[in-house]
Amino acid sequence: MSEKKIAPLILLHPDDNILVCVKQIHEGDEITIENETMPSPISIGVGHKVARFSLAAGDKVYRYGAPIGSMTDAVAKGHHVHIHNMKSDYLPSHTRTRQNQHRSES
Amino acid sequence: MNSAINFPAWLRADGRKGIRNVIVVAYLVECAHHVSRMIVNRADNMDVHLIGFPGCYPNQYAYEMMRAVCTHPNVGGALLISLGCESMNREKLLKDILASGRPAELLVIQEAGGTKATIQSGLEAVARLQAQAAKVERVPMYLNELIVGTICGGSDGTSGITANPAVGRCFDALVAADATCIFEETGELIGCETIMADRAITPELGVEIEACVAKAEHYYRVMGFGSFAPGNADGGLTTLEEKSMGAYSKSGSSPISGLIKPGDIPPSGGLYLLDVVPDGEPRFGFPNISDNAEIVELIACGSHVILFTTGRGSVVGSAISPVIKVCANPETYRRLANDMDVNAGRILEGDATLDEVGEEILQQVIAVSSGKRSVSEDLGHQEFILTYKAFEPIGPSCLPVRQIA
Repeated sequence: MSEKKIAPLILLHPDDNILVCVKQIHEGDEITIENETMPSPISIGVGHKVARFSLAAGDKVYRYGAPIGSMTDAVAKGHHVHIHNMKSDYLPSHTRTRQNQHRSES
Repeated sequence: MNSAINFPAWLRADGRKGIRNVIVVAYLVECAHHVSRMIVNRADNMDVHLIGFPGCYPNQYAYEMMRAVCTHPNVGGALLISLGCESMNREKLLKDILASGRPAELLVIQEAGGTKATIQSGLEAVARLQAQAAKVERVPMYLNELIVGTICGGSDGTSGITANPAVGRCFDALVAADATCIFEETGELIGCETIMADRAITPELGVEIEACVAKAEHYYRVMGFGSFAPGNADGGLTTLEEKSMGAYSKSGSSPISGLIKPGDIPPSGGLYLLDVVPDGEPRFGFPNISDNAEIVELIACGSHVILFTTGRGSVVGSAISPVIKVCANPETYRRLANDMDVNAGRILEGDATLDEVGEEILQQVIAVSSGKRSVSEDLGHQEFILTYKAFEPIGPSCLPVRQIA
């Protein structure tokens, strides 16, 4: 069963500019994005996102065909799209390291 | 779906039916918590649950929640434990529970001789309540009498692909059978307000839905953060709106029949959105300090069963209504299989489709409603938390069904 061939990156909606990782990818593993096969530049955990195209700072990020935030930095195709290079268009997200920099009740 | 599906329920005096016959032991202030817990521990029965409100200051919401959960159809009797000087209106609460046709008793620690004597009296009271609850008539209960709530906790990047849309499929099947389904956490629906409003059965309800999400956004802005925990980011989520879009898929694709607030019982079958963010200027802190605060509100709205989706791996259950855990992430499932009822992560590994997992969740709802213990229930999880909040009653546009009726 573990040998079953499952694409590690899935496109949830045709309008999306990110792909979602559904199977652990290690750096150097072969991945295919938009018909281009390449070694993965990074390791990616299940549930994380990579860029389907190269994106610029300010670009909206689309998942499920809906905007889920904006890029704060450029990202190359196949690279990690996460809290280090994108942000909410609504409310800031708190993380364990970032919570002291914002006002918090906790 | 076969409309003849039914399960043996407990018929309550108000006509509602329960799938459990729980005795609740309720502390009315933190000062009565230990005594209540000792009574529950010594009663040592899976159907004797500890609930309560820790606050000493008066709060209408907390009173309404206590009344709603103590008179929930899954509850067969209630023992109230008061210290004696707190502000919760214990006499009125006792009267309200008795008026619902349930047995109920009240012990005031300051009048009952202190800790040891109250624990002893409490144990005797629980035995009396159990004996009375055991006499309640059993009748068949049908799917169109069932209320199912859903919540997500410990979400990650897989939640919105597997467990949440699978619960959505289950909700669609339940709504088609005229059951009542409730989804919630308007603070975790920020970003979905317009698509959600389009599903409202009337334009006026759509306006109310957009307004309640705007209220949630304002509330969380004052708090400084959206409803987004560090574990969400570890699991691949980045922003509140990404989490929202994933959470939203729990609602399925049925029209939205109404917008309710904690304690409102949906008037008929269909899909309802529960507004869990307080009204008025933000006070008392974060709207829901943890997942169980929302589960208590779903139960206060009559939920007999809770569908809890998790990616990172929550282990909680709840007092009063059984919680069915649907795990979104196959890796999490392997780590925490003994805490999960359904492995929706199979979808990612090509071992099941969304429809198949949706059907499996539905079968679990029917089995648990028929008396099978859910995993968290069997493990003895009976979390319960109630905090200070303030709500205004819902507006006239929120329940179009009621107006039509």
